[in-house]
Amino acid sequence: MTTTTDSGTKGARPAGVPPDLRYSDAEEQLRAVVRDLLGDRGPWPAVLARVDAGEADDLPLWHAVAADLGCAGLLIDEGHGGAGASYREAAVVAEETGRATACVPYLTSAVMATTALLGTGDGELLGALASGRLTAALAVGFATMPPAPDDGVHGEGRGGGRGAGVPWPVRIGPPDERDGPGAARLTGTVRAVAGALAADVLLVPGDGVPLRLYAVDATAAGVARTPLVSLDSTRQLADVTLDNVPGRPVATGEEAARAVTAALTAGAGVLASELFGVAEQCLGMTVTYVKERHQFARPVGSFQALKHRLADVWVAVTQARAAARYAAACLAGGDPDTPVAVALAKAACGDAAVLAAQECVQLHGGIGFTWEHPAHLLLKRATSGSMALGTPDRHRAVLATLVDLPPPPAG
Amino acid sequence: MLTADQAAGLHQQVRDFLAGHDPAAMPRLGFLRARFDAGLAWVHYPAGLGGQGLPRSLQAAVDAEFTAAGAPDNNPARIGIGLGMAAPTILAFGTQEQKERWLRPLWTGEEVWCQLFSEPGAGSDLAGLATRAVRVKGDGEAGGGESWRVTGQKVWTSIAHAARWGLLLARTDPDVPKHAGLSYFALDMTGPGVEVRPLRQLTGEAEFNEVFLTDAGVADADRIGGIGEGWRVAQATLMNERIAIGGGALPREGGMVGVAAAAWRERPEARTPGLHDRLIRLWADAEVARLAGARLRQQLAAGTPGPEGSAAKIVFARLNQELSAFDLEFAGPGGLLYDEWTLRRPETLSFFGRGPGYRYLRSRGNSIEGGTSEILRNIIAERVLGLPAEPRTDTRVAWKDLPR
Repeated sequence: MTTTTDSGTKGARPAGVPPDLRYSDAEEQLRAVVRDLLGDRGPWPAVLARVDAGEADDLPLWHAVAADLGCAGLLIDEGHGGAGASYREAAVVAEETGRATACVPYLTSAVMATTALLGTGDGELLGALASGRLTAALAVGFATMPPAPDDGVHGEGRGGGRGAGVPWPVRIGPPDERDGPGAARLTGTVRAVAGALAADVLLVPGDGVPLRLYAVDATAAGVARTPLVSLDSTRQLADVTLDNVPGRPVATGEEAARAVTAALTAGAGVLASELFGVAEQCLGMTVTYVKERHQFARPVGSFQALKHRLADVWVAVTQARAAARYAAACLAGGDPDTPVAVALAKAACGDAAVLAAQECVQLHGGIGFTWEHPAHLLLKRATSGSMALGTPDRHRAVLATLVDLPPPPAG
Repeated sequence: MLTADQAAGLHQQVRDFLAGHDPAAMPRLGFLRARFDAGLAWVHYPAGLGGQGLPRSLQAAVDAEFTAAGAPDNNPARIGIGLGMAAPTILAFGTQEQKERWLRPLWTGEEVWCQLFSEPGAGSDLAGLATRAVRVKGDGEAGGGESWRVTGQKVWTSIAHAARWGLLLARTDPDVPKHAGLSYFALDMTGPGVEVRPLRQLTGEAEFNEVFLTDAGVADADRIGGIGEGWRVAQATLMNERIAIGGGALPREGGMVGVAAAAWRERPEARTPGLHDRLIRLWADAEVARLAGARLRQQLAAGTPGPEGSAAKIVFARLNQELSAFDLEFAGPGGLLYDEWTLRRPETLSFFGRGPGYRYLRSRGNSIEGGTSEILRNIIAERVLGLPAEPRTDTRVAWKDLPR
C-alpha cells in the first residue's frame, strides 16, 4: 500500500528499523530510585512551599540526586568518576524531575554543562561535576534554539548558531598579571539563564572569531546573578552579569562551537523527556481526579465528553513518549539523525505537555485554578519548558530544512 | 545475542530453501506451499503451522530475502483480512484441527477470508447484532455432524465477492444479555444461502459488500471458541484489525505523508506559507506516529496486541485525512476534478492509490471503519485509563427484550 520512500530526506536516518524505543530494566530501576527519592524529599507541597518562599533551588535535594544517586555523573565516563551511562538513562531521570516539578539543576548541570565539557577533555571539572561536588551551568539564555549541526562551526560564524553579525553577549578582555595561561577577563550580561543560581561554575561563551568557551567561578568578585521573576518558579532564571571577571579557557574555535552546539542539542533532547514526564504526570493526576470527583451523582470521569478529552491526551502522551525515546537513543548513539530526532521530540513533547497541563487545569475545574493545587506548577513547567531551547514552531522550522520541505519561494 | 543467532540461523535456512526451490522454475502456489511447510511463512507462528515460534521481529528480514531472490509473494494486499485478522484469531482460539485446516491455504492466498461483523442495525454497538444462528441436530448415520443455520444481513464486508471463508459473529442465544449470546464461526462463503451484493461507497467504488444470509449452513466443527464466547473471540479480531490498519511498519515518509511531501518538492509554484505550516506539522506528526508504531511493535509479544493499538488507529485516521486534504488543496485547479465515478470492484485495498480526489474521499472512511474514532476513545478511556463506564441500560437485559 505504500508508494514512497525516504528519498530526498537529506540528513535523515537511512530507511531502516528504529533503535530500541523501550525502557531497559536498568532504566526502569534507575527511574524507581529517582522517583522514590523525589517523592520522599520533594513532594509537591514542599515544591509549592519553596515557590512561595522564593527559594528556587532545593540544594539538599539536588545533592541527594546528584551525589547520592549519582545522577550528576550519568553522562561522564567511569575514568572521571561518572557512571558511564548514556542519554537514554539521563532522559529517564529527566522524566522524573519533570513529573515531580523538581527544583534541581539536573538538566542545566548534569546534561547541558556536562555535555559541553565532555568534548573538551577538562577532566578535573568533569570529575568535580560527576561527584556532585560542583554544579555548573552554561551561560546561554534558556530560550536559545540549538543551532543546526554545522551552523557557525566553520568559516566566518561565531559558532553555536551565531552568524558573523550576531555577537555573543560576553566580551573577551585581556588578562591581568595574576591570571593563568590562556585566561581572559570577561565582561557582559547574559539574560535569562537557567541553572545559574545553583551553579558553582559558569561556562561562558566569549564573543569572537574564533569562539572561546571559558569556565568562570560563579562566586568570583565581579559576577552578579540577578534572579528573575520567572513564569516557571520551579526553574528560576537569572541574568548573569560579568564585570572584568577572570575566565579559564575550556575550549577554543571549532571545539568550543561544537561544545555549545552539543550542549544545546542535548539540552533540547533531554528537556523533551522532561516535558514528556510532565505530560504523563498531568494525565495521571487528572484521571485519578475525575474518577473521584462526583457531580450529578456520578464520577465526572464517566461522562463521555471528559473521557474523550482524556483519551486524546493519552494518545498525545503515547506519541510523545516514542519521540522522546527516539531522541534519547539518537543522542546516546551519536546517530546522524540526531538533529531530526531532537527537533521532532522537542516539538512533540512540548505540545503534548502543554496540552496535558491545560487539560489538567480544565478537567480539575475550580480546584485546578487555585494556587493550593499543584496543577499550576505543572502548567508553568510545561509551558516554560515548551518555549525553552526552541519553541515547537522553531523546531518544526528546522525540521523543514533538515528533511527538505522548503518554504514557498520568496517574492 | 540469542536473537542475532536466530537471525543468522534463519538467514541460512532461507538460503538453503532457495537452493532447493528455484522460484523461477516452480509454480507460484507450489513455491508458497513449500515455504509455508518449511516454517518460513511467518516465523512467529508455531512449528507445523508455517512458523518456528521465533520472535515476530525476525520476519521482516526473511520477507526481504525472499523478495530479493525474486520469489513470489502471497499478495498480502489481497488477503489482508486473512493475514491480519483471521489468522491471529484462529491461532488464539481455534482447535488444532482448525489451525491445520485453515492457516496454510490462508497464508498462500488459496483461500481468501472476509469479516462478517457489522450489520445495518449494529455498527458501533456491534454486540447488539441480530444475525441468528440456530442449532440443527446432526443426522449421524448420513455423515452430517452438528450444524447451524444462519439468517441475517451483514454489511461493510470487504472482498466478500472473492472470499472462501467469512469470520462470522452471530447470535446463538437471544434470551441472555447481548454480549453473552454471541458465537463465532467460519462461514463457507461459497455455500447455499450466501448472497453477496456490492455496496457502493462515496468514492464511487464498491470495495465493500452487503452479505445476505438465508439459512446458510455452518458445521459446528467450524465454530471458533465456545458457544456464547463469540464476543471475546471478536475482541481479538478487532484488536488485530486496529493494529493492521494503524500499526504497519513503514519507512520514513511511507504512506500518505510521502505522497504529500513528494508533491511539495515537485511543485514549488504551488507552495503557500499556510500550506507549509500544515505540511511540516503533519510531517512531524506522521514521523512521530511511525516511531510510536515501531515502539508498539517492539513491545508486542507475538499475537497479543493490547488496547494501545487503538491510539495508532486514531492517529492514522486523523493524519491520513488531514494529509489527503492537504494533498487535494495543493493540487490546485486539478483538485476540482475527479478521475472517474464508474462503479468498480477492486480486489485490493489502497488508501494511497489513484488521484488526490479519491484519496481525500477514501480517507473519510478511516475514522469509521474498524471501530470509529469515537468508540476507540471510549476503549482508551475505559480499558487503558480505567475511567468508569457511562451508565447503561442495555447490558443486563436479555437481547430479545431490548428496544429496537
